[in-house]
Amino acid sequence: MTATIAANASDIDAFRMETRAWLEAHCPPSMRTPMPESEAPWGGRKAVWKHPDAKAWLDAMASRGWTAPTWPKAYGGGGLSNEQARVLNQELARIKARPALFSFGLWMLGPVLLEYANEEQKLEFLPKIARGEIRWCQGYSEPGAGSDLASLQTRCEDKGDHFLINGQKVWTSYADQADWIFCLVRTDTTRKHEGISFILFDMTTPGVDPRPIRLISGQSPFCETFFTDVKVPKTQLVGRLNGGWDIAKRLLQFERQNISAGGFGGGAGLELEEVALTHAGAIDGKIADADLRMRIAAHKMDARAFNLTVRRVEQEAKGGKGLGPAASIIKYAAATINQHKCELMVEALGADGLGWDGPGFAPEAMRETRAWLRSKGNSIEGGTSEINLNVVSKRVLGLNDHQ
Amino acid sequence: MALLSEEQILLRDAAKAWVADKAPVAALRKLRDDDQWRTGHDKSLWSEMAAMGWTGVIIPEDFGGSEFGYRSLGLILEETGRTLVASPLHSSALAAASALVLAGDDHQKSAYLPKIADGSLIAALAVDESAHHAPSRITSSAVAHNEGYKLFGKKRFIPDAGSADVLIVAARTSGTPGETSGISLFIVPASSPGVTVQALHAVDNRGVADVTFSDVQLGKDALLGTPGEGWPVLSQTLDRARAGLAAEMLGTATQAFEITLDYLKTRNQFGQLIGSFQALQHRAAKMFTELELTRSAVEAALEAIDTGSSDAAALVSLAKAKANDTLHLVSNEMVQMHGGIGMTDAHDAGLYMKRARVAEALYGSSSFHRDRFATLGGF
Repeated sequence: MTATIAANASDIDAFRMETRAWLEAHCPPSMRTPMPESEAPWGGRKAVWKHPDAKAWLDAMASRGWTAPTWPKAYGGGGLSNEQARVLNQELARIKARPALFSFGLWMLGPVLLEYANEEQKLEFLPKIARGEIRWCQGYSEPGAGSDLASLQTRCEDKGDHFLINGQKVWTSYADQADWIFCLVRTDTTRKHEGISFILFDMTTPGVDPRPIRLISGQSPFCETFFTDVKVPKTQLVGRLNGGWDIAKRLLQFERQNISAGGFGGGAGLELEEVALTHAGAIDGKIADADLRMRIAAHKMDARAFNLTVRRVEQEAKGGKGLGPAASIIKYAAATINQHKCELMVEALGADGLGWDGPGFAPEAMRETRAWLRSKGNSIEGGTSEINLNVVSKRVLGLNDHQ
Repeated sequence: MALLSEEQILLRDAAKAWVADKAPVAALRKLRDDDQWRTGHDKSLWSEMAAMGWTGVIIPEDFGGSEFGYRSLGLILEETGRTLVASPLHSSALAAASALVLAGDDHQKSAYLPKIADGSLIAALAVDESAHHAPSRITSSAVAHNEGYKLFGKKRFIPDAGSADVLIVAARTSGTPGETSGISLFIVPASSPGVTVQALHAVDNRGVADVTFSDVQLGKDALLGTPGEGWPVLSQTLDRARAGLAAEMLGTATQAFEITLDYLKTRNQFGQLIGSFQALQHRAAKMFTELELTRSAVEAALEAIDTGSSDAAALVSLAKAKANDTLHLVSNEMVQMHGGIGMTDAHDAGLYMKRARVAEALYGSSSFHRDRFATLGGF
């Protein structure tokens, strides 16, 4: 037993050394600097590489399958064990490497394809996801199906040699920039959950029409997407006909985990306590507004406890216990805490945080203002906070519906 | 955070089993009904706890302990917190023992730690002097006298001082209240002439007392650590006490929540289990969220103490503040969600809420710890 552990330990040390050397040789110095949001490496057919090194960095990582470290090599992944993937992440963090690829394909679709797709589909789609060649969007919500997602109405009819899709999706993230969509459609109108299928298609198919939605933040990260007589090959159905709801739920788990891992709001931006010290004034190095100071402290403590909880969930999962009950609170807590932070930031900035555009306002302050507006969606997207609390009540605490 | 070792899991499971068997909430109720608040604990239960080695968990092996660490002692305290076990475990085997481990010379350690470890001696930590935890503002004083010291002052609301054989006392040898320099620590036998202990009957029925020192003559061997430079040791000692208490409070809050959750699944109104009402479901889910955040903070704080992390102070303030707020919330919801029965003395909800408020006040309120967290964070 001891010998086995020692052998594994030396293997993992060797892997770490090899990884470190490879990253030193292949990660361009420019990719070891903080990444502005505008340079996020979304990939895809329409990719615009604002930073020329970003493409080289992606290609280098993809050549080793390290954009999807734990996926099998046959599907474009790195074939790494969880332990090796953890070492890779540590080594990436050590040199402050930018992410090589941002991708809904990697974070959400890929994991469910590994579980539910047939072999041909895995070989067709997964390597392109891992290489960042195809950018995906998510066709879930509809105007009449938000929290009650299973009431979706987008029709998918079997026309013999193809499916025909008609309907409308909403809140499709970056649909105007995506190449393909993973989409929930209704294939049986007589049953609710058991009438839903999970299907993939190209956004350039005739009849697909994404229209960006302008948000309160002024940004348009989401679209409403219309489908009019969209013809889809039958080979692009994933899983069983009318068996899409299980896949849909599984994907939502990955989506919430992904939101959890990064939290909301990312790490960039102004430091709340610095803003308060400079904008609200300081007395003896303390924020002069005592009430604001205490509220900022309370927020920072919650944020710290949240980060510790994310770490604990990861450790427990690695310890072989799977995702414990703590995992269920992550999305709700992430949303609440980020919204609180954004409110405090705008409050601390005072007048400087109330600019929309033009001279008189610092760009970094206006970014915080837009982030505050954007954060209002945190408790709506990926399952509202109310839905998340329902999930905790029912699945974790065992509190049942009315009988 | 490291996962628990096999030994730690065994320790926790043994504590859980013992608490359920020997020290359920009924034991505290009996203590109260027998009017035993002056001692504040059941001596036979205390002997059993000592016999299981719980009193020696953080004490070095050279001095009769198992040196098993704060995370391990935290696991025991979490279990005793679940059923509100009244004992000097925290005061003696954690708080006072920490001061001796951190600052005692070999003679002092040999004199006290083995007896604390085997439970034959109870020690308590006497720091606070007013209604609020404010260790830098102590005014008790010790002046050089007869090659030793004379101690004056009054300590307020000191846990387990009534049953303590020895008190670890913080007093000024110089400086003025508010200054951290000039504070020294002393080992004071409770039987010393001039020591008056006034037992208090607090809402939680646990042992707590006011202590007055009038012209108490101490030998020079009573000094614990360096004169006037006791603040770093006192801070580290208090942080250990805070983290341990936070672990106990996590257990109390978890049990209060589980009792309440069970009630939501059994109480019927309008022909439905009340747990099927969304107004209660969401409040339960929010309490669960706070409990999970608190657990992460408590585990991180105890681990930071064990590993000597420079971040320990901030993590301890985080843990105590979260434990305070979460236990406050859960204990209030416990009464509310039980409705009328929660207002009766026959139900345990009141016992949980009363203990909650005492524990919240001890070793720093949430305001105290938020202020400290901000100061440590440079704002």
